[in-house]
Amino acid sequence: MRTRFHSLLLSAAAAIAFAAPVSATELNITCRCVIGGVNSGMAEWIEKKVIPAFTEKMKAEGKDVTVKLTQFGGEDEQLTQQLALDFSTGAGPDVSGFDGFLIPSFVQGNLLKSLEEVAGPDVPKWEGWQHISDGTKALMSYQGKPYGIALGTDARMIFVRKDLFKSAGLDADSWQPKSWDELLDAARKIKAAAPESFPLQLNAGVSMGEATTMQGYWMALLGTGEQVTDDSGKYIVSSQGILDTLKLYKTIYVDDKLGDQRAQLLADGRNRTFANFRDGKTAMLVEGDWFYRSVTAPGAEFAVADRDNTMTWKKMPAAAPGKGLRGQDFVTMSGGTGFVINPHTDAPAESWALLSFMNSKEQLDAFQQIQPAIRIRDDVAIPNSPFLTETATTLLPITTARPNDANYNKVSTEIQRMTESVVSGELSPEDAMAQYKAAVIAIVGEENTVSTL
Amino acid sequence: MKKFSLLSTRAGALFLAPASALVGVFVIIPFFWVIFVSFTNRTLLGRTAVDPDFVGLQNYFALFNPATFFTRGQFGFSLILTIQFVLLSALIGQALLGLLLAWLSQTVTPTLKSFLQTAVIAAWILPEVVIGFAWFAFLDYDNGTLNMILRGLGLPPGDWLLQQPFWVIVFFNTWRGAAFSMMLFNSAFQSIPPSYFQAADVAGATSWQKLRDIALPLIRGHVVTDLILITMWTFNVFTPFLLTHGGPSYRTEILSIYTYRIAFKDFEFGKGAAVGVVIMLMNLAFALVYLRLAHKKPVEAE
Amino acid sequence: MRKRTQNIFVRRTIFAAAATFLGTIFALPLVWFIFAPFNARAELGLAIPSPFTLSNFATVFQNTFAMQALLNSLIQAAGGVVLVGGAATLAAYALSRSPIPGKGAVTYILLLFSSVVSGSAAMVPIFLIISAAGLIDTHLAVILVFAGGLLPTAMFILRDFIDAIPRSYEESAMVAGASPLQAFFDVALPVIRPGIVVVVVWAFVNIWGSFLIPFILLRSDKLMPASVAIYSFYSEAGTPIVTLLAAYSLIYSLPVIALYLFVNWKFGFRFFGGIKS
Repeated sequence: MRTRFHSLLLSAAAAIAFAAPVSATELNITCRCVIGGVNSGMAEWIEKKVIPAFTEKMKAEGKDVTVKLTQFGGEDEQLTQQLALDFSTGAGPDVSGFDGFLIPSFVQGNLLKSLEEVAGPDVPKWEGWQHISDGTKALMSYQGKPYGIALGTDARMIFVRKDLFKSAGLDADSWQPKSWDELLDAARKIKAAAPESFPLQLNAGVSMGEATTMQGYWMALLGTGEQVTDDSGKYIVSSQGILDTLKLYKTIYVDDKLGDQRAQLLADGRNRTFANFRDGKTAMLVEGDWFYRSVTAPGAEFAVADRDNTMTWKKMPAAAPGKGLRGQDFVTMSGGTGFVINPHTDAPAESWALLSFMNSKEQLDAFQQIQPAIRIRDDVAIPNSPFLTETATTLLPITTARPNDANYNKVSTEIQRMTESVVSGELSPEDAMAQYKAAVIAIVGEENTVSTL
Repeated sequence: MKKFSLLSTRAGALFLAPASALVGVFVIIPFFWVIFVSFTNRTLLGRTAVDPDFVGLQNYFALFNPATFFTRGQFGFSLILTIQFVLLSALIGQALLGLLLAWLSQTVTPTLKSFLQTAVIAAWILPEVVIGFAWFAFLDYDNGTLNMILRGLGLPPGDWLLQQPFWVIVFFNTWRGAAFSMMLFNSAFQSIPPSYFQAADVAGATSWQKLRDIALPLIRGHVVTDLILITMWTFNVFTPFLLTHGGPSYRTEILSIYTYRIAFKDFEFGKGAAVGVVIMLMNLAFALVYLRLAHKKPVEAE
Repeated sequence: MRKRTQNIFVRRTIFAAAATFLGTIFALPLVWFIFAPFNARAELGLAIPSPFTLSNFATVFQNTFAMQALLNSLIQAAGGVVLVGGAATLAAYALSRSPIPGKGAVTYILLLFSSVVSGSAAMVPIFLIISAAGLIDTHLAVILVFAGGLLPTAMFILRDFIDAIPRSYEESAMVAGASPLQAFFDVALPVIRPGIVVVVVWAFVNIWGSFLIPFILLRSDKLMPASVAIYSFYSEAGTPIVTLLAAYSLIYSLPVIALYLFVNWKFGFRFFGGIKS
């Protein structure tokens, strides 16, 4: 979308050249994607598949629509800053990539409108809704109304290097930990066999941002049967589950030195964990399926040599069998990013047409050819990827999503801080939890928190 | 003698017009916005984005809340850290080192002088992204140039960014900014008539005596200018973020980085604005001390 | 007498050693940048290129976005510098020479204000102002915001500088019948020039390296400056592609180095100034 000033100029120009039969609509789409850089596959898909096909389709309907992709190469956080500023003034792209967990705070800040409010009655009529489950629809919804459409979803698991297991006398193929103790046991054996290694990676610390909360903290916390909030949506600030989770971190990084403490603390830590896995220093790493799809894929920077034979995956166990959330033996987390429509767009109908077109079966199939992933439509298959098919069928039924709450983002930062103070050895789990409690109370107010200890 | 005016008030106003317009729109308006917002709980996201409340001095009380004041990652910790950072990297680091560099430059051969000046000025003029990356490579634990040299000398390598993050940013900022002070003092020394030094040479004065007794008293004004500017710049410097992101565990979160986190990650503009105001008052306090130390009136009389 | 000569010799040697040592310390963190761009496979370690290659530069030159960004940086920096240099010179001259009351305090107060505004807390009002003017995503937005933000400091430095110039220069010109404008342009300006040059270099360096302001105010790829474009040399996983980044950094640094060398050769890099008693 152009600035108002610009659209004024455009309409003035159009008024002068009033002979023109149809005025052209220009749509802008932004995502954190750069061809050859960050999320290259998505940029390639939009630029090479979606845009040409969409322009063609619009032309067939008698509309002259051009679409321009702005490739955003910065951090997720920076895109959020730009979008928040843009949406507050009426500027910004018509359609934009967006992380679902930000929707509540954007909606409360009046920075987003539901799809139906923006684009009208065309929205509920879209054929795609019947192929999207309620659970995945919720990834981009708030209070029951969709604000965007997720491109896909994901799941988290333990990635395992079979070669390191083997050198410690363990057989990775038959191994599936059923408790934290079994997980730590394996890590200790590998550490004993290779004292220089960091067998286990469970994300912690501030610098990894949401990757600490999602891939690290949540994956452990769910195994204690708790979530970040209770059933009524209040934040749990003091509980046995939090304490057990922090003690697990302490065992891994401080007491038994099973993980790479430095990588949790340094600014480029997350990539160090990837490098550790690639270089055979880490045998077990908890990450999302993205780690398989993109990070370790052949040709990528952290490609694992002979991947199909050296690498496998395991479910994340609960602290003990049956102790996980909802009494589960195994746990996982899912999130989703997708696209939203600018509430101030000049061309709501066309923007919706673009968004729904992107999520048509045909276009998502085309995306699967470029970069296979778990898509949200049940009629889009995962081609030639036993890994994704397997993880999707095993993990999605037991998955959990983050709370749909405007304060979650801030509480998440406090979680990262809490893990960092334990992992660095600075605070005991008890003191870290006390600090977390005080911080969360300051954010959401005491009445929205609950202590179970 | 009656000073006759070189520029009439009207012509003066005309000369001031372009700067006034730019400064008015892009400095004064935002400044008063910041002051105003520091008394509200305005945010970018969430309910208070649409409907901020006037909260009086609450943001300021929150910053100076004694319960959390000394906690890492809170304002108080950041403030104390920043004052140490300014004292060490701006006053002792940049100003003193800049003075030393300028003094050395007067005495060494022209070739050595250009080598010294080029190295120091390069650190100052190169873009910050480039500098940030260069230091990252320089300090890398496994392969960095610094540890390579230390190993070569038979010394133990250091895990600098993790173990000594604060000293890293102190040295970094000293390195980055010493050029400005050096250049300012260079020209200050050049403005001193050479005959003063020649007389001292004849009297057999040492270099240190010449600096202390002749040069420094004559360049007091330059020193104050230099201190005011580099203090302000160091309070606002954001480049250490490229090295440490304020971490590990907030140990390098100086106020500029703290403000960035509050205003641009948590999107709490009210609180971020209050920090900005406190930084300004700190700058004012420092400037008054400098002027007092130099035995001057707070603001130069005309 | 001989003892004194010896002393001087010893002292000279110590000074030379100290200068060499400090110069080396300052140069060390940058040495890596001299080698890495010419290395086909560089890590963070220091390694003399073998084989020596220009392939990194070839790859960088093919990145049209990054190349365009250099031009954008140049437009924004040049535009900002012209505004800052021009407006600051006029304003500083007026503050130094005209009988406007309270002008001494004004420069310092503006300096303090600008220190608040240059922090990230003021990005929002600046964004809103630019947005209300309809200038989001234009070079002009970046130029204006930088000009406004850098002006107080530029005025502070320049006023100091002009105050150090004896008023008698212009006074004698005016006694000889020159108008105030003539006195400014023909007499004062040539004397002030070294000060303007310092401000110009300082402003250029500031704009050239700055990330946050263009990042907040610009949206389209084709307007982004090099400080933003440099992030296109990060891999899909978000790690820097060391070789390309180093090569681009070198290209990106050349203009400021060239500017410095030119100014140093042409004018000499001098400050006057200092607050006078």
